[in-house]
Amino acid sequence: MIIRRSESVLVQGITGKQGTFWSERMRDYGTRIIGGVNPKRAGEKHLDLPVWASARDATKDGKIDVAVMFIPPMGVKEAALDAIEAGIGKIVCLTEHVPVQDTMYILAAARERGARLIGPNTAGVVTTGECFVGFMPAFNPRVFRKGSVGVVSRSGSLGTLLCLNLVQVGLGISAFVGIGGDPIIGTTTKDALMALDADPGTTAVALVGEIGGSMEEEAAEYARTMKKPIAAFIAGAASPPGKKMGHAGAIVMGDKGSYAGKKSALEAAGVTVCATPSAVADDLRKRLAP
Amino acid sequence: MNFEEHAAKPLLRAVGIETPPGRLVTSPADAARAAAEIGPCVVKAQVPTGKRGKAGGIKLAKDAQDAEAHAAAILRLTIADYPVERLLVEAQVPIAHEMYAAVLNDPASKGPLLLFSAEGGMDIEEIAATRPESLVQLRADIRNGLSRAEIEAALPARLPCDRGALADLLAKLYAAYAANDAELVEINPLVVTKDGRLIALDCKFSLDDSAVPRREPLAASGTPDKLTALETRAKDLGLKFIELDGEVGVLANGAGLTMTTMDAIRHYGGSPANFMEIGGESYTKAKPALEIVLSNKNVKCLLVNFCGAFARTDVMAQGVIDAWLALKPQVPVFFTIHGTGEDEAVAMVKQRLKIEPFDLMDDAVKAAVAASKGGRA
Repeated sequence: MIIRRSESVLVQGITGKQGTFWSERMRDYGTRIIGGVNPKRAGEKHLDLPVWASARDATKDGKIDVAVMFIPPMGVKEAALDAIEAGIGKIVCLTEHVPVQDTMYILAAARERGARLIGPNTAGVVTTGECFVGFMPAFNPRVFRKGSVGVVSRSGSLGTLLCLNLVQVGLGISAFVGIGGDPIIGTTTKDALMALDADPGTTAVALVGEIGGSMEEEAAEYARTMKKPIAAFIAGAASPPGKKMGHAGAIVMGDKGSYAGKKSALEAAGVTVCATPSAVADDLRKRLAP
Repeated sequence: MNFEEHAAKPLLRAVGIETPPGRLVTSPADAARAAAEIGPCVVKAQVPTGKRGKAGGIKLAKDAQDAEAHAAAILRLTIADYPVERLLVEAQVPIAHEMYAAVLNDPASKGPLLLFSAEGGMDIEEIAATRPESLVQLRADIRNGLSRAEIEAALPARLPCDRGALADLLAKLYAAYAANDAELVEINPLVVTKDGRLIALDCKFSLDDSAVPRREPLAASGTPDKLTALETRAKDLGLKFIELDGEVGVLANGAGLTMTTMDAIRHYGGSPANFMEIGGESYTKAKPALEIVLSNKNVKCLLVNFCGAFARTDVMAQGVIDAWLALKPQVPVFFTIHGTGEDEAVAMVKQRLKIEPFDLMDDAVKAAVAASKGGRA
């Protein structure tokens, strides 16, 4: 899920306010935006880029590597299925409040076609100095400076803080992978960890998690096998656990999801779990010192 | 959004799953009248939480007089913070066997998961933990759903009821899940009666909050979150706000960053007065958000922590500054601002409020915690 500058990017919902604002920033940063989709404005130009009626139409003019959606929640399923149908291999869904059954439908279709969904409810991905897809402040040099720490985060705002903290201690970021805050998402913490492990430009990983779900516990199993140092921050130590209805959640999840459970799973896998985001940066600075 | 039993059971009946005949009542006198019609009955507290039986919220009544007495007692209870205001009076069912069934969103398989156990009742979690082989777990591709035949093939060899009838009921349960954007629909217990019928004695249903806009009539029968007056005001404005008992007022963007700000306040020895998140589309609502945070009389200082990705810090800072200058609150304020729109936001804070934002969140938090302990400035 690390996106390279050579990859072509289609913006679904390019003509809206946010689509326009972020498409300009992505393009200025170096992202290869090749155009966008809006069924009502097909054939027009927007930001000097072609607008197609659908992703399927867009791919008739050539292969597209990535689709990114600036689409309201109830339109996400249709747009994502369009991108999958068009044969686009990476789909970044930024939208918050996508009905979970729609996400599951998209994921079933994506699995069948070998497409990867990042999100929903992600802030996107950044390959520092190359390109970004989504709405991360990649262009802000106080937050993103080229370096060798890979960052994986469920939250965009907290991920931004972590990147800032890394830069404040003199480190830099190879890639940021925002995976999204929804309960069911296409790319998990473990998936992102595997990608950063395989990335030659990444020598260490900052893992930003949250209470709830079991993604950090699953990532811990993989972290155990990694040689690159990992430091983590898990948000929510001071938050009360959410109320659960019925027994089914407890049957499926067991005791996963709590701060204490995540911390002990990660620590058992050799990950340093820090009390604040800035402590993650300090820890990695010490461990990466020559 | 959770549904009480009386609001969940109609979803089962709509797909053809039988539930006992019953009436929803709010007073002992009405409970007596319902019992007079129904005969021997069960009086059940209606609260959106489990463990009602263990809390004394479910009682058997043999006649109207009995039902009235139980109703009076149960209406005095508070179960898991919910005062009991409604009761379901339902006909007693001659139970031969109790089973368990549910369909839920499963994060591990990223699809629907049907759970079934021929042994149900209150100890289902223990049964699942100690004898996992007795729990059927059937994963579905949501595009196709689950057919009766697939379900029947997954059922255990020995069953205390008719196999075809059970498969049929579970297929209907899946249909209720799919038709209503459920996060969870659960029947516990699913009983086999002495004459071999299958009846849902209880039902828990949670509606996916993200699906509420397309399920509005359904959502109207769900139980709204219990909110304080201030929390209700925030919710009406589309803001996520939770009142807490500390002294440091918090205004941040994004759930992750807001939780982290609260964690950091605790880590440095302070106590947050609230959770207030103005991320996502609500980043333009900084002004009303600040008004709400400052309406909490416990607030001794304010900590503003913005890390803009999608949320533009310049837009948020402008809202905060406007609100601050209009309200003129007599408490100290500490800023830390980074990310999208940072330069403009920092310049505005310096120029209009004559305040220097902190570069490190940790430093801003430490300063706010110190101020919260020194009383009002």
